[in-house]
Amino acid sequence: MTPLSPGFADPVLDAQACFRAVLEAMSRPGRVVVAGAALRPPAPLCRAAAAVLLTLADADTPLWSDAGANAEAWLRFHCGAAFVTAPDHAAFVLATGTPPALDALQPGSEEQPQRGATLVVQVASLGAGHGWRLTGPGIEHEHRLAVTGAPGGFLAAWAMNRARFPRGVDVVLCAEDRLAALPRTVAIQEG
Amino acid sequence: MTGIDDPRASGTEGYNFAYLDEATKRMIRRAILKAVAIPGHQIPFGAREMPLPYGWGTGGIQVTAAILGPADVLKVIDQGADDTTNAISIRRFFTRVAGVATTESTAEASIIQTRHRIPEKALREDQVIVYQVPQPEPLSKLEPRRAETERLHALADYGLMHVRLYEDIARLGHIAKAYDYPVMVNGRYLMSPSPIPAFDNPKMDRMPALQLFGAGREKRIYAIPPYTPVRSLDFEDHPFRPIRAPHACALCGSTESYLDEVLTDDAGGRMFVCSDTDYCGERQVAVAQEAAE
Ligand SMILES: [Zn+2]
Repeated sequence: MTPLSPGFADPVLDAQACFRAVLEAMSRPGRVVVAGAALRPPAPLCRAAAAVLLTLADADTPLWSDAGANAEAWLRFHCGAAFVTAPDHAAFVLATGTPPALDALQPGSEEQPQRGATLVVQVASLGAGHGWRLTGPGIEHEHRLAVTGAPGGFLAAWAMNRARFPRGVDVVLCAEDRLAALPRTVAIQEG
Repeated sequence: MTGIDDPRASGTEGYNFAYLDEATKRMIRRAILKAVAIPGHQIPFGAREMPLPYGWGTGGIQVTAAILGPADVLKVIDQGADDTTNAISIRRFFTRVAGVATTESTAEASIIQTRHRIPEKALREDQVIVYQVPQPEPLSKLEPRRAETERLHALADYGLMHVRLYEDIARLGHIAKAYDYPVMVNGRYLMSPSPIPAFDNPKMDRMPALQLFGAGREKRIYAIPPYTPVRSLDFEDHPFRPIRAPHACALCGSTESYLDEVLTDDAGGRMFVCSDTDYCGERQVAVAQEAAE
């Protein structure tokens, strides 16, 4: 077995910087931010997804993953993540391939919608300025987000996710060292 | 403004950066992200004991500590003023435990922690405002049972609050709430804006800055994302009107800012001055410069 590559060089300040990037992304849906640029996580884990989990996941947050043994060993070592085998029991769902259906994940309850899962999903690329048209809280007029390699049927599944607000799943799209977030409030139209 | 020192070299021995341990920060950060995703909904969090007593903004301090980094510039205000004991203590705390730069200037700040006011100067996209909240539940005086208020929020059943406000109108001819005037966030959740004057409520509507709220004793975090509609509750025949004292500031002459009435002597002399000391100071400088030119 090859030795594990390092996590954050400065666990405290790098996690803070990554959190602010994720907070910016969640506060301004569709805005593309950089995270984890210096990380070298094992394949198939991309740098941004690795950074998000190092920053937010720990033994208190059940994690479902399709990333395989090497990536899971890396996450277990660096953030003490507690893996679960049922996606609907997970607080964080990491999808490096086709993710589980949005409506198969934990949506929270009407009283406690904050228990809805966060889906961290890797896509081929993220770009701003064209593509999907996003509106909703966090967006002054409209944000454009170009996503290549989004899961099949994602926009239809997203519309259903949004319709059950305040219950629902929040999504972080990751590609290389870039990410964009889709809080459950955001409306997405094809570009 | 103090300089940015290396955070590990500036008196943080025995503390983690920004005081909180990393597990606590992760827990608060997760709560903040869900708060942003569900605008106006209160998220319970495992609040920690802080080295300042409740009533000193421990909820706001924990939110600030979870988001703050070495590149931030922190402003702390208490009732609009940067120089009260409370504001100074909180600024000193973060200088000590995070080596962070502080400022009294609204424009220079990247994070503004506040008790009871929103600055007069419009906030920008690159700023975050953190409110200290004593009572996060807007229905608490009408329905003391927590499980029941959670159910009412789940159903978006806010009839109790409408009745309460309408009773004011029936009795007094107007809504008597001058502070902590309830708002609807994104048309869904009833939210306490914290004890800011109702005068400040319109500033929350579609604010470009992210707004975060921390209640330490009640252990709740909530948020308003940027550009989110925030509407003060009102009635068609009694629309919401932000109220300020009908005077000009005695120091800077502003007729737009929120004013405090202060006593000037023992003989009952009084005057009205801006509650926002940074805004007032800047205006006084500008007025003096104009007079000199
Ligand atoms: Zn003034």
